[in-house]
Amino acid sequence: MLIELKDVSYLYSRDTVYEVRALDHVNLAVEEGRFIGVIGHTGSGKSTLIQHMNGLMKPTEGHVFFEGEDIWAEKYDLRKLRTSVGLVFQYPENQLFETDVLTDVMFGPKNKGLSETEARERAVSALKDVGVGEKHFKTSPFELSGGQKRRVAIAGVLAMDPKVLILDEPTAGLDPRGRDEILGRIQRLREERGITVILVSHSMEDVAEYADRLIVVNNGKIPYDGSPREVFSRYEELEGMGLAAPEITYVMHELRRRGFPVDVTADTVAEAKESILKELKGGRKRA
Amino acid sequence: MGIIRAVKLAFDYIKYGEDDAGSEKVRALDQVDLDVEKGQFIAILGHNGSGKSTLAKHINALLVPTEGSMWVDGIDTSSEEELWHIRQKAGMVFQNPDNQIIGTVVEEDVGFGPENIGVPTPEIWRRVEDALDRVGMLAHRSKSPNKLSGGQKQRVAIAGVVAMRPECIVLDEPTAMLDPNGRKDVIQTVRELNEKEGVTAILITHYMEEVIFADRVIVMDQGRVVMQGTPREIFSRVEELKALRLDVPQVTELAYELKKAGVPLADGILTREELVEALCSLN
Repeated sequence: MLIELKDVSYLYSRDTVYEVRALDHVNLAVEEGRFIGVIGHTGSGKSTLIQHMNGLMKPTEGHVFFEGEDIWAEKYDLRKLRTSVGLVFQYPENQLFETDVLTDVMFGPKNKGLSETEARERAVSALKDVGVGEKHFKTSPFELSGGQKRRVAIAGVLAMDPKVLILDEPTAGLDPRGRDEILGRIQRLREERGITVILVSHSMEDVAEYADRLIVVNNGKIPYDGSPREVFSRYEELEGMGLAAPEITYVMHELRRRGFPVDVTADTVAEAKESILKELKGGRKRA
Repeated sequence: MGIIRAVKLAFDYIKYGEDDAGSEKVRALDQVDLDVEKGQFIAILGHNGSGKSTLAKHINALLVPTEGSMWVDGIDTSSEEELWHIRQKAGMVFQNPDNQIIGTVVEEDVGFGPENIGVPTPEIWRRVEDALDRVGMLAHRSKSPNKLSGGQKQRVAIAGVVAMRPECIVLDEPTAMLDPNGRKDVIQTVRELNEKEGVTAILITHYMEEVIFADRVIVMDQGRVVMQGTPREIFSRVEELKALRLDVPQVTELAYELKKAGVPLADGILTREELVEALCSLN
């Protein structure tokens, strides 16, 4: 198992009147090579959860394991963990600081102790992975468009060669094309390099499209954990948690209610199209 | 004449090179004509860098045109002595709630604007109460803003604008950082202000689902207005929108895909109900 949380709780302002249990006895195992979506309303505990995965936060109770080792055991190398589990924060472009794109992406690998040449190789390959072309290498990161900046910031984490890439709302504020480009690139990284991806998102449509496992965080607990189809079939409960299902899910349920025997678990446009076409054709044959 | 009117508006900004390597002029808006009638709900779509935020900032004179003109309720925004008057008429709400809340208590934050323009204290309190009530945040009036969710913070920011008794409210991606519920609440609040109070609303967004209720959708590209029409008209042009880095609502996309596969459906289907109705009538 790549990452494992065993009975993890996290308390803010412990032993004061402001005590808040942000994580409440969470158990979670992340297998290698998955694309996991994490959804939950603001304040549900999902940011606290992901920060436990690379040791930025220490559980108040319970244990976190990476590749079988307790990351809070004595002498455990947390620095190494943080290169293996790369975390891309919200609005990562705010963390760009170097004079040009290539130097910015090289900062991490160099800091890790790699030579100039190795760091450059890593940076070039990471920038290629996110689709930032060579013509931008010497550009100031501040002159790029919003989507490009964000991709450079993601490259900065990829250049550390992580096994797990955790992204906290990587598409917030991007136009639809920018959103598809970033998620498409991440999908490809997972397919070609086997990187495990954990995507925190407020877009139900995006997690339905890309994730093969969906985790719902609510009040510091994980009430649902399964395929997007399974999770979205609980759309009524999700609404009670300040969430929703993709628009498509509602269309399919309504069609079924009206006597159309479509597949209600279809949660993407492509799946819905296929199911509706099948039923329409079937209907015509019967008629 | 409409409440917001732009005539051949152009805006240039100067981009400075590294180490005094000279500067160049970049035209962010070009030949923009706009005429918004009082009480309308207008949505502006466009990819990142298309000029929509630059246009929005012209509506309350945060920017003034390089060429052409912008008029708000009959006042030319380039006349400096009218600046406060214009900003009282047109209020703005930005993307990040944390950057626009300044008070340590919700009601103080909402009262800041009226106080700043010299509204008498009893009147300020009346306005604060009224504004918080309208956005559904009255119960939170004595709270610290940092105890609120993103959607609640945005509604407080909207209340801050409402307390100025504006004619028009401009929202620049107000829901980009919010979860689904926060998004729903903010859009609902804006729609109510528009429908019940007749406040003219200009909404900039990347969420296509949020604009299907608008009276008119304006699409921008490279500083120009390239499409204009009702949501149904605009979202019937799926391929054109995709070429502009935009999208259509998921329901519209499904209807479009089904139509391409030979199902006889109308163009520009916008809501779940419409699609379900249309499909059921086929079987």
